[in-house]
Amino acid sequence: MSGATETSPRSTEAGHWGQDVRSDVHVAFEVLDRGGVEISLESRVAPYYGDSIVKQARAVLDELGVRHARVSIHDEGALPFVIAARIEAAVRRAGLALGKRSLPAQHPLPPPSAKDRLRRSRLYLPGSEPKYYINAALHTPDAVILDLEDSVHRGEKDAARILVRNTLRTVDFGACERMVRINQLPLGLEDLADVVGESPDLILMPKVEQPEQVAEVDRMIGELKARHGIIRPIWIMPILETALGIENAFPIAAASENVAALTIGLEDYTADLGVAKTLVGHESQYARTRVLNAARAAGVQAIDSVFSDVADMDGLRRWGEASRAMGFEGMGCIHPGQIRMVHEAFAPAAVEIEKAQKIVAAFEEAQTKGLAVVSLGSKMIDPPVVQRALKLVERAKAMGVIS
Amino acid sequence: MSERAELAHNAAGRAVPTMVNGRPQIPFLGVGKFQPRGRKATTPIRSNKDYPDSGDKRVADLEAALRKCGLRDGMVISNHHHLRDGDNVALMALEAAAKIGVKDLLWFPSASFPSQKGAIELMEKGVIHHIEGSMNGPLGDYCTQGKMRGMGVLRSHGGRYQAIQDGEVHIDIAVIAAPTADSFGNADGSHGKSACGSLGFAFADSTYADHVIVVTDNLAPFPCVPWQIQGNNVDYVVEVESIGDPAKIVSGTTQITRSPDRLRIAELVAKFLREAGIMKDGFSFQAGAGGIALAFVQYLKQMMKEDGVKARFVRGGSTKFLVELLQEGLTDYILDGQTFDLDGVKSMANDPRHVATSPFTSYNYHGKGNFASLVDAVVLGATEVDVNFNANVVTHSDGRLLHGIGGWQNCLFSGCSILALPSFRDRIPVIVDEVTTLTGPGEMIDVVVTERGTAVNPRRQDLLEAVKGSKLPIRSIQDIKTEVEKICGGKPARPKLGDRPCAIVKWVDGTVLDTVWQVG
Repeated sequence: MSGATETSPRSTEAGHWGQDVRSDVHVAFEVLDRGGVEISLESRVAPYYGDSIVKQARAVLDELGVRHARVSIHDEGALPFVIAARIEAAVRRAGLALGKRSLPAQHPLPPPSAKDRLRRSRLYLPGSEPKYYINAALHTPDAVILDLEDSVHRGEKDAARILVRNTLRTVDFGACERMVRINQLPLGLEDLADVVGESPDLILMPKVEQPEQVAEVDRMIGELKARHGIIRPIWIMPILETALGIENAFPIAAASENVAALTIGLEDYTADLGVAKTLVGHESQYARTRVLNAARAAGVQAIDSVFSDVADMDGLRRWGEASRAMGFEGMGCIHPGQIRMVHEAFAPAAVEIEKAQKIVAAFEEAQTKGLAVVSLGSKMIDPPVVQRALKLVERAKAMGVIS
Repeated sequence: MSERAELAHNAAGRAVPTMVNGRPQIPFLGVGKFQPRGRKATTPIRSNKDYPDSGDKRVADLEAALRKCGLRDGMVISNHHHLRDGDNVALMALEAAAKIGVKDLLWFPSASFPSQKGAIELMEKGVIHHIEGSMNGPLGDYCTQGKMRGMGVLRSHGGRYQAIQDGEVHIDIAVIAAPTADSFGNADGSHGKSACGSLGFAFADSTYADHVIVVTDNLAPFPCVPWQIQGNNVDYVVEVESIGDPAKIVSGTTQITRSPDRLRIAELVAKFLREAGIMKDGFSFQAGAGGIALAFVQYLKQMMKEDGVKARFVRGGSTKFLVELLQEGLTDYILDGQTFDLDGVKSMANDPRHVATSPFTSYNYHGKGNFASLVDAVVLGATEVDVNFNANVVTHSDGRLLHGIGGWQNCLFSGCSILALPSFRDRIPVIVDEVTTLTGPGEMIDVVVTERGTAVNPRRQDLLEAVKGSKLPIRSIQDIKTEVEKICGGKPARPKLGDRPCAIVKWVDGTVLDTVWQVG
């Protein structure tokens, strides 16, 4: 089926343009009955990429099976993967291109991510704002989150999905773990259908309240992986943002082997409680402790919420340090400027590292001597303490704190 | 344009006209290759008997002053640009000239600004023949569209001094806007309602013009102290209501960039200075008032504090960020060529360690040395840089005039010239195969810092050696270029330039480095 249905609009649009818009493009699409494809272009980069944009637009429309249409492109310096996504969104909105996709050339996938990898910082990237993507990895967060939920307007979900799909496929995020925050179910299942094929490393599920929701997403990911022939893991991080979700923290964390971490969303949680979110955070003390304990009990990481005042670096440091002291392994960042402070806050203190290194050295010595008991000076070191020291030293190395 | 330009290829391989505005030109010969000879230009002998014993040189208005100076067709009128986009005086002088009825003037500002677009009408009417000085915005478009009768001549601040000193340009009448002056003509920029800080750009004009008019909106009783312009060089003083719009003369507060990508570039530049060992006790640097440069100063300041390092001097364009370095004891002096914000102006007025300088001290080619080469490192911008480190600062990639050269070329003589730029703007790569307009030869540019990595000019093995083993993202410029072209979807198409020269770019020694071609 390639023709538009009776009810589909003949004229659609997608994307953004305007004086304040950067790195995006607006596509106005009109279905015609004959006359072939007619493309007009206005672009601030026309002298350099005008021909290339028109050529790309033709190729994308051809791939989507569009034979007759008038397409007006108003470009604000969008990169090719954005142009392709916006054209596809406009075409789909006209009810065309059923079962077809226009996938840009693929950037090689990074190595699969480990279940317990370093997750100190995750940088939120709004799913409708392509200008933030290309340089996100330069600010070296441990992860980027392409967000389809709160940062995307309800009417833009379809376009954002296509953009996020193309982004996962083409943008080099370096050593960052590539996360996608889907919408609440059932909308989130449609998100999965579009993005899982591009092997995101982790799916964030918002407002989870029941383990069955996790199981459903897990099942859907499994099916889509099989369909796309993907064998690398795609982890799940449920976000608990309601009183009920907090109460079900353990069953949620234990709902699937693929849950790698549990996190908490404090804006929604405090709203659910009907209290104000404060800098000190007494109101969420119980919830955070509960999440931590449930995560540990299920053998997964506990990750803290975001700190929403980007101007308050001291506040961020205090929050991060307290968070680490509680046992969280990381938190969300809503601005690249927060990343470094978060990494500092979640780094183990020098004295801790030093002590751990001594224990590791004693452990290694005991291993080579074939001793069952590890001792440091006159003290015997218990096995859990040794394990903790090994993990801490390994983490400190991964963080670049020690070499 | 009346003349048919003969072109020659210069030492940089660029086609440049050999005759410009009726004067023969020397094509660029290579850095340090041109050896001028002869004697410097001079002014007519004057006698103090011809000036009032009272010292009061006031006349009623600019028109009267210009008449007294003997304004005629074809003369050269100069202005300085310390009042930036807030300046009223240049247009006031040119309009007074129009009223007198003269034609074919050469306007010779140290730079022009968009608010002076009224000069276009005066060119249309024939009052101004052409402009020699930086042009951007509407004036830049007028020039690159080939509408100006003469050819534009773009010079660096030092190059302007050179051209005045060796007689390439002879100023008939200099009209100097002065935020404070006395009736003798002593003038100062750091006081008054229209204070702008330094008046350094007017120094050459005041000493080499046949006639000098000082225009002020803040007349002080003699003596005006300090006097950056000496009344002994001044013929007439004109009092006006307002020399400019203070809100546009200096910014109230200078803004550091908030873009994380640009902050990253700024931090990488500061780290480079630290890792390369340039940031050490007694060092010096210069950075402008652009967002990246300001952020660079903040990062460097933090590193200087951490390492207990103090600068001997910093060169302005001063802003509150340099003033803070001075006040916190992190530098002994600010040597200031132009003052960008209110903190800078106040500091220059009140702190003897904040010194006003001029292109003579800092940049002049015919000086017995200048300060530019004493600076350890300078941080500059550019619109394009090529794989051989040649850079363009005057035109957009499509050939339209964008910036003046300013002190940019002169600063390249510092110990380490660093270009700090994003690797692409919108979708347009900044690192290209060949720059649209050559403004700085690659041999003068040592480091290019982008958000994707830092490229060191292979000619600077010493710098490469110094940063070896550091955590800096050192990459080849070709490598960064390849990555950016991949991101942007291939190499950009080359802009289509015309074959008619509409302006030339001079090198610091007065030779012709490149041509700006007519577009559109």
